[in-house]
Amino acid sequence: MIDWPHFTPWSALAGGVIIGAAAALFLLLNGRIAGISGILGGLLRPMPGDMAWRVAFVVGLLFSPALYGLFARLPGATIEAGYPVLILAGLLVGAGTRYGSGCTSGHGVCGLSRLSPRSLVATAAFMAAGFVTVFIVRHLLA
Amino acid sequence: MHSLSAFFIGVLFGAGLIVSGMTDPSKIIGFLDLAGAWDPSLALVMAGAVIVGLVAFRVARRRTTAILGGTMKLPADRQIDRRLILGSLAFGVGWGLAGFCPGPALVAFGAGYDKAVVFFIAMLAGMALYEIAERILRPRETGAAAE
Repeated sequence: MIDWPHFTPWSALAGGVIIGAAAALFLLLNGRIAGISGILGGLLRPMPGDMAWRVAFVVGLLFSPALYGLFARLPGATIEAGYPVLILAGLLVGAGTRYGSGCTSGHGVCGLSRLSPRSLVATAAFMAAGFVTVFIVRHLLA
Repeated sequence: MHSLSAFFIGVLFGAGLIVSGMTDPSKIIGFLDLAGAWDPSLALVMAGAVIVGLVAFRVARRRTTAILGGTMKLPADRQIDRRLILGSLAFGVGWGLAGFCPGPALVAFGAGYDKAVVFFIAMLAGMALYEIAERILRPRETGAAAE
């Protein structure tokens, strides 16, 4: 059943179009895939001439809430997980996205836009794992 | 120029994540909770992004160079292997536990939420552990596909 009070179709669609536009600009202007885990992870594998654009992109993302806050009210974030779970989850997301060569942006947005079978499989895998994990945490353990 | 455009595109990408609501982990978990009260917002975020992306990648296919110069750097790896699947599954488990994936985690870290800072540091540590493991297990191979 759909959670109508929390479902935000228009802002979701609008935000998605902005994300798509950012990925499109990055592809056409910089010639690169806007995959956040790859951009961030590449900083941990320093190669000459390959660092400045990565740092610039990450700094842009980090500054986005402050810049957004100048024009509109920043929406809040409800983070239910406790610290030990957040640490475990962070380790899994960090290592998993690097081992699997991508995350929601690289495989999800860009890979599906490229009609890449590899990214379709990756997206299906992380979505399925996410569905199962939330089912276990919310309905079996709770 | 590449760095300047990367900065502004990073800001735009972050703004898109904020507008979409995806920087709030409860929205992510609401989407992943199929058996509970389901919030389909994330599906519309993906749909909006992919519709624009489909056009962009069609245009990009006809180009050999980026507008700001340099070659187009698109992933060449087509293999569906154990790394891809195991890595994505591990990522999905972490995503379901915290409700954060890398982009929103960076934005929420930038916004200064305490719990996002902890998640972000753990995520970086996970990435560093991967780099260390790669260097020990596959010392000759460099430059794995970056997506």
